[in-house]
Amino acid sequence: MADVSLRKVIKRYDDVEAVRGIDLDIADHEFIVLVGPSGCGKSTTLRMIAGLEDISDGDIMIGGDVVNDVPPKDRDIAMVFQNYALYPHMTVAENMSFGLRLKHYPKAEIKARVTEAARLLDITDLIDRKPKQLSGGQRQRVAMGRAIVRNPKVFLFDEPLSNLDAKLRVQMRIEIKKVHQKVRTTTVYVTHDQVEAMTLADRVVVMNKGRIEQIGTPNELYHKPATRFVAGFIGSPAMNFIPCRLEDVAGKLQIRLTDRIAFALPPARAARYNALPRNDKLVLGIRPEHLTESHAHLEPGIETFDTVLDVTEPMGMETLVYFGLEGTPVCGRVNPNAGATDGAPMRLAMDLNNMHLLNEETGAVL
Amino acid sequence: MSTVAIDKAGPSRKVKYGSMSRDRAWALRWSYFFLVLFAIFFLTPPVYMLITSLKSSAEISAATNPWWVFHPTLSNYVELLTSNQFLRFFWNSSIVAIVVVIITMLISIPAAFALARMKFWGSATLATGVFLTYLIPDSLLFIPLFKMLAVIQDLTGITLLNRWYVLLFIYPTLTVPFCTWIMIGYFASIPKELDEAALIDGASWLQTLTRIFIPVALPGLIAATIFAFTVSWAQFLYPLVFTTSVDQLVLPVGITTTLIKGDVFNWGQIMTGALLGAAPPLIIYAFLMDYYIAGLTAGATKG
Repeated sequence: MADVSLRKVIKRYDDVEAVRGIDLDIADHEFIVLVGPSGCGKSTTLRMIAGLEDISDGDIMIGGDVVNDVPPKDRDIAMVFQNYALYPHMTVAENMSFGLRLKHYPKAEIKARVTEAARLLDITDLIDRKPKQLSGGQRQRVAMGRAIVRNPKVFLFDEPLSNLDAKLRVQMRIEIKKVHQKVRTTTVYVTHDQVEAMTLADRVVVMNKGRIEQIGTPNELYHKPATRFVAGFIGSPAMNFIPCRLEDVAGKLQIRLTDRIAFALPPARAARYNALPRNDKLVLGIRPEHLTESHAHLEPGIETFDTVLDVTEPMGMETLVYFGLEGTPVCGRVNPNAGATDGAPMRLAMDLNNMHLLNEETGAVL
Repeated sequence: MSTVAIDKAGPSRKVKYGSMSRDRAWALRWSYFFLVLFAIFFLTPPVYMLITSLKSSAEISAATNPWWVFHPTLSNYVELLTSNQFLRFFWNSSIVAIVVVIITMLISIPAAFALARMKFWGSATLATGVFLTYLIPDSLLFIPLFKMLAVIQDLTGITLLNRWYVLLFIYPTLTVPFCTWIMIGYFASIPKELDEAALIDGASWLQTLTRIFIPVALPGLIAATIFAFTVSWAQFLYPLVFTTSVDQLVLPVGITTTLIKGDVFNWGQIMTGALLGAAPPLIIYAFLMDYYIAGLTAGATKG
């Protein structure tokens, strides 16, 4: 068990900077998820921690020791790969014990550790099978078992669930969480799936174009995104971004979305945004769940407007409604019994207590 | 409802095959036609050899039906298999082929591993270069090679020319490039994550090669082994050039030089010798083919 620190870590491929100076402190026992779109440098970062990629600049520390030039086998880490990377000619037990056998552990201890890991992962019955006789989920368990038996300082997961079907992915996600609760090993987990990131992580690191956009708990990222990228990346369906501007009407601050639609801001929001220049190009960020059907008795800060729906998507527990505001596509989430139908007019309510205001040029959340 | 009715009526109607199955039937007919043609084309010579090997010299030169044996005899076989000369050729060929296979594997497996996996400056060019050397025909190389060996012999006093073991140095120039090329392909098809996993598990490069790559790429290794053996066994030009004394000859050269005396062709024994000479590669193919094909279809990393 150990903490992991990255200090101004840079990775260059020829002239291209894949990772542009990352600072990250991962505490002992922590489950950190690196998330971002493909090509954002998250896998490269993980591979640099593993020692599979050299770092061009900066320092990586595991348990307080700088490991920049330490080969992977001496870093005391274990990695689970996207395609499992099981040795096809070895049985499950042999796969799991390969690392221990290379280090000449006593046979009795190897057996004990493999048995314990197999029990933990519920693969005791599969111990003598070859990888090709296993299903995707079982292979993933074996890959995790191979990591667990070595009892390393750090677990590294590189998109481990991407090859599984949707249902199995949810199941294995829970398994991984359970395993982490039991073994408590410091974990760095890479995924492009923000749901995986939110559900697994103690803290999520959102990466974009080789940089860290924001580090925070899943709740912080969801409710207090720092940038437009994070706001748009976390949450499904994604947050709506509607061009807007601030106006002063009769001494009150209001937000204008279209010629027709303008809302007075709730007092807390008005105080927060009052100092902003009125001419700035702004964007209103509002999540679909804060755009719902209108009720007779609305809480303060919830404003209604009329629109015509383009498309509706009944999801069962909710219905997603899509409409346009002066060309900007917007998504809302309404009760399935609210009577939303394709092409029909509907009165929607916008919860401005949960709005975000972004600078259109810088993308910063104000 | 109407669709259900039609479905139920289905079996009573005359079954029509779709265009797909008609196409398939025709494709199959053509395949069989060409396969049979192919089989006849390639099996006729060995069958003819077998027929001839069972005839006496008198019957071969008699004007009878060459496709039938009227007085079958094993005398050709008995004579060859009891002749020390023929057994010597066989022994020379065997030892050369086996040692060349071992040398080839010892060189081309590590070479292919290095070229496929260890990224170093010029590795891609080197890999192509290895293959290009294979494209140079031996008919172009044998004179320079002969000259080289003569020079070495003059300088060091070590007799290499007209010794069977000279072939142990010469044959790998044919087998190593091609086998390395085959193995590069096989090693390259092994997912990168497999050696990364081994690296993290604590394996050295050598352990990764011996404990992961060689077992996983076994089908490729067998293909390379078969190739190296066949090339060494059947090579004609080099042994013809580099060995001349009868006791130093290998099988293909031995048969042609000792069984053809001037313009007298001992056809019966030539055919028998050729058939016997073809046996070891055939046996090796027969044994390894199953394993080879089984290996080809097994053990992907994901599925």
